[in-house]
Amino acid sequence: MSDLIIRIGGEGGEGIISAGDMVAQAAARSGLNVLTFKTFPAEIRGGYAMYQIRFSKDEIKSEGTGFNVFCAFNQEALDKNKSQLIPGTVLVYDYPGGDIEEEVKIEGVTCYAIPMSKIAKKDLDMYRAKNMVALGLLSYVFDIALESLKDTIREKFGKKGQAVVDTNMKAIEAGINYFKEHYKKTDPFTMGHTDKVDKDIILISGNEAVGLGALIAGCNFLSCYPITPATEVAIYLAGELPKVDGTLVQAEDEIASLANVLGASYAGAKAMTSTSGPGLSLMQELLGLASMAEIPCVVVNVQRGGPSTGLPTKHEQSDLFMAVHGGHGDAPRVVLSAENVADAVDLTVLAFNIAEKYQIPVLLLTDGSLGFRTESIKRPDPKKYTIVNRERFKPGGDEKYLRYKLTESGVSAMSIPGEVGGAYISTGLEHSQSSAPSFTPEDHIKMSDKRFKKMEGIADFVPPPEEQGSGPADVGVISWGSTLGTVREAVDMARAEGLKVKALHPKLVWPLQEKQIKAFAASCKKILIPEVNKQGQFAEILRGKTGIDGISYPIYGGLPFTPKQILEKIKEVSK
Amino acid sequence: MTATAEALKPKDYKSDIRPVWCPGCGDYGVLNSVQSAFAALQLDLYNTVCVSGIGCSSRLPYFMKTYGFHSLHGRSLPVATGLKLANPNLEVVVFGGDGDLFSIGGGHFPHVARKNTDITLVMMDNHIYGLTKGQASPTSNTGMVSVTTPWGAPDPASVNPLAYALTYGATFVAQSFSGNPKAMTEIIKQAISHKGFSYVNIISPCLTFNKIDTFDFYKDAFVDLPDDHDKSNLVAALDKAVNPPTGKVYNGIYFQTQRPTLLDGLKKIKEKAKADKNRDLNTFIDEFKP
Repeated sequence: MSDLIIRIGGEGGEGIISAGDMVAQAAARSGLNVLTFKTFPAEIRGGYAMYQIRFSKDEIKSEGTGFNVFCAFNQEALDKNKSQLIPGTVLVYDYPGGDIEEEVKIEGVTCYAIPMSKIAKKDLDMYRAKNMVALGLLSYVFDIALESLKDTIREKFGKKGQAVVDTNMKAIEAGINYFKEHYKKTDPFTMGHTDKVDKDIILISGNEAVGLGALIAGCNFLSCYPITPATEVAIYLAGELPKVDGTLVQAEDEIASLANVLGASYAGAKAMTSTSGPGLSLMQELLGLASMAEIPCVVVNVQRGGPSTGLPTKHEQSDLFMAVHGGHGDAPRVVLSAENVADAVDLTVLAFNIAEKYQIPVLLLTDGSLGFRTESIKRPDPKKYTIVNRERFKPGGDEKYLRYKLTESGVSAMSIPGEVGGAYISTGLEHSQSSAPSFTPEDHIKMSDKRFKKMEGIADFVPPPEEQGSGPADVGVISWGSTLGTVREAVDMARAEGLKVKALHPKLVWPLQEKQIKAFAASCKKILIPEVNKQGQFAEILRGKTGIDGISYPIYGGLPFTPKQILEKIKEVSK
Repeated sequence: MTATAEALKPKDYKSDIRPVWCPGCGDYGVLNSVQSAFAALQLDLYNTVCVSGIGCSSRLPYFMKTYGFHSLHGRSLPVATGLKLANPNLEVVVFGGDGDLFSIGGGHFPHVARKNTDITLVMMDNHIYGLTKGQASPTSNTGMVSVTTPWGAPDPASVNPLAYALTYGATFVAQSFSGNPKAMTEIIKQAISHKGFSYVNIISPCLTFNKIDTFDFYKDAFVDLPDDHDKSNLVAALDKAVNPPTGKVYNGIYFQTQRPTLLDGLKKIKEKAKADKNRDLNTFIDEFKP
């Protein structure tokens, strides 16, 4: 088979995440594509944790729909997933001797009861090895890169000594042996091997991808404040930025983070901050300053469930309104949104390029599921990226330097402290071309127009949105962010079933690339806009800016869409 | 601080924008002293940045010929921090008032102090919000009657900026008076010369809205710190900050010490990481091989 989804559920702290990471690594190493999906409690220990991996020999576009195999570490995990144990799926569960007290029998579901806790505790005398018992078992039963997994374990634990490697190997074998002794495989799920192992594959999370993109873009300053689910961006760059002579500081709050970034960028750094919804709320006033004073900066917002403290570890795309319209006054800003992990690298580079070229704040929206997810992606080639740097003031001219000089594009040369003749006051007050405070009608109009002029250039600077499918369609799907991958998969499925469906995949969500969006909409009878928020935020922005009266399809349960959900909606609206 | 062919005079730091302050405002005196101190230190016009937040005193950068950043209400310190970290060669001096620095921006002060960020903060303390026309501030006298506190301010205590600076770990803490240009210039000069975070509290009376903390009051109240004050002694400094003689206000350096700065810490990290601007990006990508 070419595609398999395995989900492992248990209590936070049971080693589910590290086990999942290991099998994902082993699979990627053996040439399989992987895409993981994790949810964990907002608390450090306890609570339900889940790790899902989709394996495929082909390209993976989304988390997929449901799972083929579910491995339950405890009763709570079993209860939470019971409704999804539909005929044709497989259940592997810790029984007897574990938290689950009764044998499970579900019509049409293959159930393998494996006493994982007991094997770990009694046979191996090592309770913490339960995850390794499960890992060996799953890898063996569903034929997922078992040899590669053993290599991974040898490498991972090798540093801790041979004894640790041996114990873990014993756990792996113990799970396998128990299965061999007690079961004959009756389910149809066998991943198998691929012959075409691509050496140019890397395995990387969405948050790390943002960090890597920042390094490629030449970012040399990051100020952060810890916040779930964005912290990993800073964790990654905390280790790496100093290696390129860059600086990472942890500020006292998100306000200070963005203030640090603006100060650094004013002094010539390529600077960014990474945060999530509550942090972005605090940054609104400074984003206005960045628009007004025309300071390049990149703000990565890994969205989570809101409002307020909301659902810190859950998935949602509900910060779009704030990203686009947050803050007071008429302030232009740019909003990009990433579809997947590979996109997170590319769009981070693009975010810096736009920020630098147009001297404007650029927000890159990802989300919890994309940030936490790891994917096997084609290795990026740093040489293939064009890197743009801001237009600098050239000293030595006769004319007095005008920081906010009116130009055709709205962009004026920026001086950096240290430049003789380039001194000016960067300011949040309305100003004249020379940066002196000015509240005259003329200056406010001219400067507002100057700042917004840049938005026209940006819509053309960003590559046009990709169109999936062509010609006239009954339904055209327009979405944004990580929902795009799910739409892609659903549209493929719909087209395979003969439905006249296509999709548009914008990465620039503000300003909108109106020309392309309108042309796409004109070729579709109906427009469907799926997104993960209550209000249908993108649908409303599209309607307001382009007049497209799409069918808003918002979901808001703290989980991403499944391809099946979108496929069914496509069928429903195409009737 | 590179020496130029011709020595810069105080007026060389003066921009062609006219101050917007009320006639007689204490901030004029501060501006003059800042220009004098800059000239005394021969600060390079193009490698010096004056940073501020919002308020009457925060307009100061406009009246200087150096680079400047007039940021948001309360945010001058983190802006200045980013600036200094991005280019440690810059001389960064922050200006602001008591509302800006100890009310809306109060959360930043402790961290700049404890991190010993190598910048100078000159606070023009007038014990009132002036730009919004006279409301009680965190440094106002308790019970102050103002437009928003017509029955007297209910807050039972005021902020003592000096004690605050001392306890949060500032490595240079001083106070001066806008009515004493000579003393003020000297202290600003020393604050800028100090390596690490320097805090200067300048009493700069607001003639228009504060009828209590007037020039007349301070003219007689200001006295130099005693000759035997040991400025290396934190406890003695704190004692002077919280127990001034009745009716008196001290001029002088309360405390000064040397401690590694945030930049020193960051420099060490870069050394450990073998910082190299031109490091091959593929080395980072290799780390993600499965």
